[in-house]
Amino acid sequence: MTSKGTITLVHLYPREMSIYGDLGNTRCLAARIRRHGYDCVVHDHHPGMPFPETAHLLLGGGGQDSGQSRVEEDLLAIGDRLRGLAADGTPMLMICGMYQMFGHTFLTHEGVEVDGLGILDVTTRGQSTRMIGGVVLDTEFGPVVGFENHSGATVLSPGQRPFGTVRVGHGNDGVSGTEGARTHHVIGSYLHGPLLPANPAVTDALIAPAVELATGRPFEPEDTDDRLADEARTRQIARLLAT
Amino acid sequence: MLRTMAAIVAGKTARLAARRRGGGGSAFPGLVAERVDPKILAKTLSRLPDGIVVVSGTNGKTTTTRMLAAIIAAHGKKVFTNPTGSNFTRGVISSMLTEVPLSGRLNADIAVLELDEGHALQFAKVVAPTYALLLNVARDQLDRFAEIDTTAKLLATLASQTTRCIVLNRDDPFVARIALSVETDDVRYFGTDPLAADRVPSLHEADVRFEDDFTPPQPTPRDGLLHPHDSRSFSVRFGEQILGDVTLQQRGLAAMINATAAVTMAKAVLGGDFHKGIAAAALREVTPPFGRGEVIDANGAPLELVLVKNPAGFTVALDTYGDEPVTTMIAINDDYADGQDVSWLYDVSFESLRANGVALTSGVRAYDMALRLDYDDVAVDTIELDLDAALERLLTAYAGRPTRIFCTYTAMMALRRTLAARFDLPDFGEDGA
Repeated sequence: MTSKGTITLVHLYPREMSIYGDLGNTRCLAARIRRHGYDCVVHDHHPGMPFPETAHLLLGGGGQDSGQSRVEEDLLAIGDRLRGLAADGTPMLMICGMYQMFGHTFLTHEGVEVDGLGILDVTTRGQSTRMIGGVVLDTEFGPVVGFENHSGATVLSPGQRPFGTVRVGHGNDGVSGTEGARTHHVIGSYLHGPLLPANPAVTDALIAPAVELATGRPFEPEDTDDRLADEARTRQIARLLAT
Repeated sequence: MLRTMAAIVAGKTARLAARRRGGGGSAFPGLVAERVDPKILAKTLSRLPDGIVVVSGTNGKTTTTRMLAAIIAAHGKKVFTNPTGSNFTRGVISSMLTEVPLSGRLNADIAVLELDEGHALQFAKVVAPTYALLLNVARDQLDRFAEIDTTAKLLATLASQTTRCIVLNRDDPFVARIALSVETDDVRYFGTDPLAADRVPSLHEADVRFEDDFTPPQPTPRDGLLHPHDSRSFSVRFGEQILGDVTLQQRGLAAMINATAAVTMAKAVLGGDFHKGIAAAALREVTPPFGRGEVIDANGAPLELVLVKNPAGFTVALDTYGDEPVTTMIAINDDYADGQDVSWLYDVSFESLRANGVALTSGVRAYDMALRLDYDDVAVDTIELDLDAALERLLTAYAGRPTRIFCTYTAMMALRRTLAARFDLPDFGEDGA
């Protein structure tokens, strides 16, 4: 099969912000892009490095507080570029810590306020207790399963779309019933798992706009065999709903 | 005194009762004894003439403790240890109950104790360790300890409460840095010899907490440095002195690093009485702990049980065994003791299994494991959630072939139990986890 085009995937801060399986989202996207007949280039972006000229799809993960403070400066330096890419419809998936940094502000449990990029219309406040456990969501991509582990409670501004509504788990703050946030093609979420491997509908929803940006043509998917992903997802959802 | 005696009686009674029920759970008698006398641990251990050695860190505690106890015992010391992986305070008390007379006077010179990193501080609050051997800090069960940084802090606090000597892993930035925060003069290191560094894959997490990288001081003759020769044999260099070659009964780099840690600590404990020949001989005799590289004779074919708990451990295990033409099964559960979040499987590369494929995935998350392998283009023959059914298939459909099972903690315990009944293996205790 000849390649239908090349997608450039940028993984933001894989060293500092990739604590728990976040690399899995990158591995999954790259594999799935190739299975759909496109080439994929993965570019790791580290603090202080120039941001790549070409970026069709951005990924960011969760980190510890120490990792988060390491990337703050760089994130502000490339902030205008990221805001521009988001507004132009570049798909992005930001998990946990990077989801928080894509909001307006993050108020740590110690009372320090950290500025975010403001791409997602959310604010986060650190809490003393962690929200940990399996999560089942209803989303426009269908049911989604994952695992959350965060102490930040995120509040959506009125008008901000969530990524999904919570059927099992805490979600953004344990009370609103919402999980994550979505603006343009940017998804922020607390879901580890990692999110993408067992939820291929979300993966394809990120790939489609990236393909359009890269090739100027609509996404032409191949028939993929998703039986393993479907089994893993539906079984885990059934288990979590039963508890 | 009376209270201690009462606690020991209560604990021993609980132990007998638990035995009669045939139940596992080695922490229970310890819980009973601790209820009666909360100071029982401190009172009993603080009387030991040569003190208390604690071994902590994410990976390799059980193996290292076993090796260290064997080396010290081979030098003629009476060693009290907690050999069943009972690494919480109650587990330690439980092990003690089998050996302590009612007077509470343990018949031992020294205690060598494996301590769960999450519970090490609780232990140190009761008894200050004389020696601490700190192995590594890896992503393990983040739903339990929340963050690696937190685990690193726990170990640093444990080190600061240690009275005589601390042995640190110089290759693990989280552990090596602990040297900066302790007051004891005697800080030693173990690690891989910088001269052999190119033969050792990078196993440790990046420590991004600080701007500057902490560089451990130049090795001294008190520091043990590993030279791996092949998958089973190695030597350890202390300055000009070489210990080895040693061939372990357990294969792989992880076991060699554990052995290096153990001899470095043994040298610190024994001082001038340490003999490298005795240490090497003791290491050769150490059998792997249950399920940690243990080889079981399954109707004439070797079946290897390899416990995997986190990305670092799984990566080392695959590095040791991955490309051998052996029938492979992977069993993943997600109970509390396994870690409930299986995301970590995506931090491991399974490419070394691609050539031979995987015969079976099993456990509660068998489909997630098969999916993970699919993303690395590793073919899976059968997915069987039920562990016993999967084991049965492995033993019948692949009869006569060498097999290997990589398994998480509760999957290992369940499989080991079935294998013990089937092949008449010795019984074993359970973790306090």
